[in-house]
Order: sequence, then structure tokens, then C-alpha cells
Amino acid sequence: MELVQLLISGISQGCVYGLIALGFVLIYKATEMVNFAQGDLMMLGAFIAFGFINVLGWPFLWGFLATLAVMGVVGVTLERLLLRPMIGEPPFAVLMLTIGLGFILRAVAGAIWGYEDKTLSTPYGANEAEGREGVSHWGEISIGHENIAVVIGTLALCFLVFIFFRKTRVGIAMQAASQNQLAAYYVGIPVKWIFALVWGMSAMISATAGILVAPLSLINPIMGFVGIKAFAAAIVGGFGSLPGAFLAGLMIGIVEQFAKHSLPPGLEGFSETTAYVILLVMLFIRPEGIFATMQRKKV
Amino acid sequence: MRFVLKTRYAQDVEIFKHSGQRFWYVVLTMFVFVAPFLLGDFYTGELALVFIYAIAGIGLMLLVGYTGLVSLGHAAFLAIGAYAHAYFMTQGAPFVVSLIGATAVCVIVGAIVGIPSLRMTGIYLAVATLAFAQIVQKVLEHWESVTGGHRGMAVPEPELFSWSLGTPRAFYFLVLAVLIGALFVALNLLRSPTGRAMIAIRDSEISAQAMGIHLAKVKTTAFAVSAGFTGLAGALFAHKIGYLAPDAFTILISIQLLLMVVVGGLGSMHGVIYGAIFIGLLPQGIAFLRESLPAGIGQIPGLEPGIFGLILVLFLVYEPLGIFGRWVKIRLFFSEFPLYRKSTYKRQKSYLRTERVH
Repeated sequence: MELVQLLISGISQGCVYGLIALGFVLIYKATEMVNFAQGDLMMLGAFIAFGFINVLGWPFLWGFLATLAVMGVVGVTLERLLLRPMIGEPPFAVLMLTIGLGFILRAVAGAIWGYEDKTLSTPYGANEAEGREGVSHWGEISIGHENIAVVIGTLALCFLVFIFFRKTRVGIAMQAASQNQLAAYYVGIPVKWIFALVWGMSAMISATAGILVAPLSLINPIMGFVGIKAFAAAIVGGFGSLPGAFLAGLMIGIVEQFAKHSLPPGLEGFSETTAYVILLVMLFIRPEGIFATMQRKKV
Repeated sequence: MRFVLKTRYAQDVEIFKHSGQRFWYVVLTMFVFVAPFLLGDFYTGELALVFIYAIAGIGLMLLVGYTGLVSLGHAAFLAIGAYAHAYFMTQGAPFVVSLIGATAVCVIVGAIVGIPSLRMTGIYLAVATLAFAQIVQKVLEHWESVTGGHRGMAVPEPELFSWSLGTPRAFYFLVLAVLIGALFVALNLLRSPTGRAMIAIRDSEISAQAMGIHLAKVKTTAFAVSAGFTGLAGALFAHKIGYLAPDAFTILISIQLLLMVVVGGLGSMHGVIYGAIFIGLLPQGIAFLRESLPAGIGQIPGLEPGIFGLILVLFLVYEPLGIFGRWVKIRLFFSEFPLYRKSTYKRQKSYLRTERVH
């Protein structure tokens, strides 16, 4: 029973990683840029949702949609102001830029909302005023509704993004733009718009991640650091592969929970490094990730 | 612009390109030797900190600016250097032996971390080093018999031949001597075949390999040397802060080191020094800014990392060549006046083509 319980919390934690990794992969797949500020966009999304739902008292669904809209605009604006001048620069410069962006976002969020932990109220989570426990029991196993929401949300988003890239015209145009920017221009794909769109979408995905994660981990400006683990998941999965990111996120989440459970007392803290150990091992034995999307460079 | 007529091949690898440079460097050296007698103890200490940053920056610049390998985990080497040095000293090793020992430990760890770098490029490597740094931080927290865990450990006073280097002025000269030594080693390394091989790898790994450069050897060397310099800086840093705790070496420090080489100007040793001055003086500048701003804005907590991030972003967007690059442009503007053209340093944009299959 205990193992099942661990497995369930591992899956739900893993879905969180997978969900954030989805945002990384989306941007990477379409623009070949690496957005290190993904976790911080998630944090910003959670804070904005908190502002709409808890501070302004909007209904959950409306608050959720409004957050998506705001974050979409934020994503497009960031792309227009910061990332577009970086087109054609080495990947390292973009990486540094997004790291700097993460610092700015954290400082802005801290300045506006402060550094105390906040909780987002949801219609499905525990709520004493309405007498809801927010937990389902099956025999000895109990599952929080927030965890179920994370799993369902992750699966749905993964599926949607996967279909988007495979089936829609815009998704295929995005793939073309990433494979060869110049050639994509020549065949009439508005590459700049594609980039802006991708950033908007990615910001919206991270906002969704933020709203789903907020009930599990409290909202504070440093909650975005979980993004580093999600980044590890994206790489373990083979950067650029959506199913890979999802599976790797699950794997890291589950191993982390089991490590926390089975490490000797005094060393539980090392379970925090699970993601990094898995990443390093993976980079040693199979640097291209679970689902390889890279081939050797041609001259 | 000053053109040097080269009549011998040896001139290509000379440290000073012309006599003017030699003159100004002598002036600068004289100035830094006199500085602690003109400045108070506080500013002498700050300047020593700038020099320590510069030593770490030399290490990172060799890796990022000259070999083209990005590391997001150099705080780990700083930490290993600091802890190793403090541990050796508490075990009774003399100062110089301990300093060399700490550097050696970092060189070995750096070489080990460098091995996976042979199979990784760009982002993958950056994240691998980041992962390494996170693991090192956890080890520092839990290896209590050596590091003291969260309680931290005190660093003994530096002593050279039973002569205390604990005073700000003596410590300043110690750090200055190490910095000059480190600069000398780094500049010599860069004009040696190994250094040239590093630069070749930065410019194009494939063509470097085609020309017969042993990628594995050179990259591992670069990592080891870089870690060594950073570890050396870490050992001195331990004395500067006096008390070591794991949270002194977070990812923020790694980013700060990277910020230093980017803001200074990638691919030049001048850049390291400019970057170190910038990083060293920035906290003072922010503190000053906080006082002069209205109370509501000035008292916001967590302002420093935000300003760090903002500066990094602004430099990357508007002046990717860093402070040194800006200085070179200004110098050219005056020497070419009025014929300076903006497009002289225009960057070549390359349009991206992926190596992914689908």
C-alpha cells in the first residue's frame, strides 16, 4: 500500500516536471532557443491567477482564462522586446538572456506580491469553509484532488501540443521555422510571427502549470526553481521530444519520491538531487536522451 | 588605430603588442601597488575582493570565452577550493601548501567533470555543470565531518612563514600577487599550442578536429585549468569571508561569475578585469541607489538579483561584446575620427539550421 501511495505522489510530482518541461520543449522545438525562465513564467502565472481568483474574487474558471490571456500577452511581449533582437545570436547568449530574465521576473514578483507563501483556492481542493476535504479514498490509498488535476491537466496538454505539432498548419510551420529559418522565410512562413506565437503559447502552458501546481506547492517568488528539475527532465527525454519530456518527468518524479522514502535518515536531503543524478547518468550513457532527436552535425 | 608592423613570427605571441601597452601596464601595476596606502581598510578589502573575482573570472574566461564551453556550475569549484583550503589548514597544513592542495583538488575534480563534456555541447554541458553544482551543494550540507554541514566552518588566518596576512593590507598584497601570477599563467597558456587549440575549438570544433587537435585532451585540459583557477580564487575567498557555509555558494554565484565574463567582454583577459571591477562595485552601487531612491522603492527586498538580471539582459541585447568591446569601439572612434563607421563591428547574423531529425 505504501508503495502505491509513493507511486501516486511520484506520478503527480513527475507530471509537474513534465508539464513545465513541455514549455521548454515547445520553445526549443519551434525556435531552437532554450528558455531558462520557464519556471519563472510558471511562478508569474500562479501569481496572476492568485491575483484574479483570491484578491479580486473572480470565479475559478474566469480567473483561469484571464490568467491565460495575460500570460499570452506577456509571452508575446517578451519575445518582441528581448528575444527577437537575439535571433541569429549564439545559443549561449539566448541562454544567458533567459537566465537574466528569470532573475528579473523573480524580483518583479517579489516586489509586487512579497515573499510570503500564498495559497490559491480552487473549486476542487481542500476548503474548510465549504466543508470540502479535497481527498478521495480507495481503501487505504488516498489521493488529493489537486494531484488528480495535475495528472489530468498534464496528459491533456501533452496530447494537445503533440497533435498541434503533428496536424495543424501552424504547428508544421513551426517545425519548418526551426529546421531552417531562411528556407522557412522563402516558402512564405512568417517566421517572426511564429516565434511570437510560440512564446505566447509557451507562457500560457507555464501559466496552466502554475495554476495546477499552486495548490500543491505554495506560491512564492522562488517556486520557479522547480523549473531546473523540469529542465533536467526535458534533457533526459531528448530535448525536442514531447513524449520524452513527459516520460522523463514521470521517471524523475517517481524516483525522487522513492529516494526520499528509502534514503537513510540524515541523507533524505539528497533526494533533491535525484533529477541531477539521473541527468548526469543519462548524459554519460546516452547523451542524446531517451527519444533522440539529434543527429551528428554535418559540415 | 595603431598598426604594428610585424617582422618576426615571435611577435605574434608577444604578451605586449607594442611599447605603449607596456608603458600603461607598468603605470597600472604601480598604481595598484600604491592603492592600499591611499585607500582606507574598507576599500582595500573591496579591491581585494575584486581581485579574487578576477582570479575566478580568469578561470571561467578560459573556459567560456576561449574554449567556448559554457559552465553554469563554477560556484561548485569556488566552493570546493574554499572548503578544501579551509580543511587542509585546520588539519595543520601550511598556508602555501594548503593553497596548492586546494587548487590541485579542483584541477582533479574539474578534469573529472570535464570528461562528459567531450560528448556534450552547448546547452547540455551548461546544464550538466549546473547539475554538478547542485549535487556539490548537497554534499557540502551533508558531509559534516569535513564541511561542518549547515553550521559551517571557520577559516584560519592566513600565515606566510609565521607572518600573519590577516590584515586587509597584507591580504590585499597576497591576493594581488596571486592575481598577477594567475594572469601571467593564463596569458602564457593562451599563446601556447594548448591555448591556440582551445581558441580553435571555440571557433569551430569540426575544423579544429580536422586540423588534428585532440578534442578530448584539450577540452579536459581547459576544464581542469579553469576549475583550478576558480578553486584558487575560492581558497582566497574563504579567507575573505572568514566563515564558510553551503549557502555562500549557490547558483546565484555561478550566474554572477558568468555575468562577470559576459559584461566584461567574452574572449579577452581585459574583459575579466573590467567584469570583476563591475561585479565587485555593483553591490556598493546598489546600496547607494537604495539610499537615494524613495523609501518605498529602495526598501524592496530581493532587488539585487533583479538588477543583476536586468544588467545581464541589457548587455546581451545592446552590447554583446561587453565593456571591453565598448572600449575598443570608443578607441577606434577617436583614432579614426571622423571616419568611424558603425558597421565596423556589425555582427554577422547567422540563420539557424537545426541538427534535429524531426
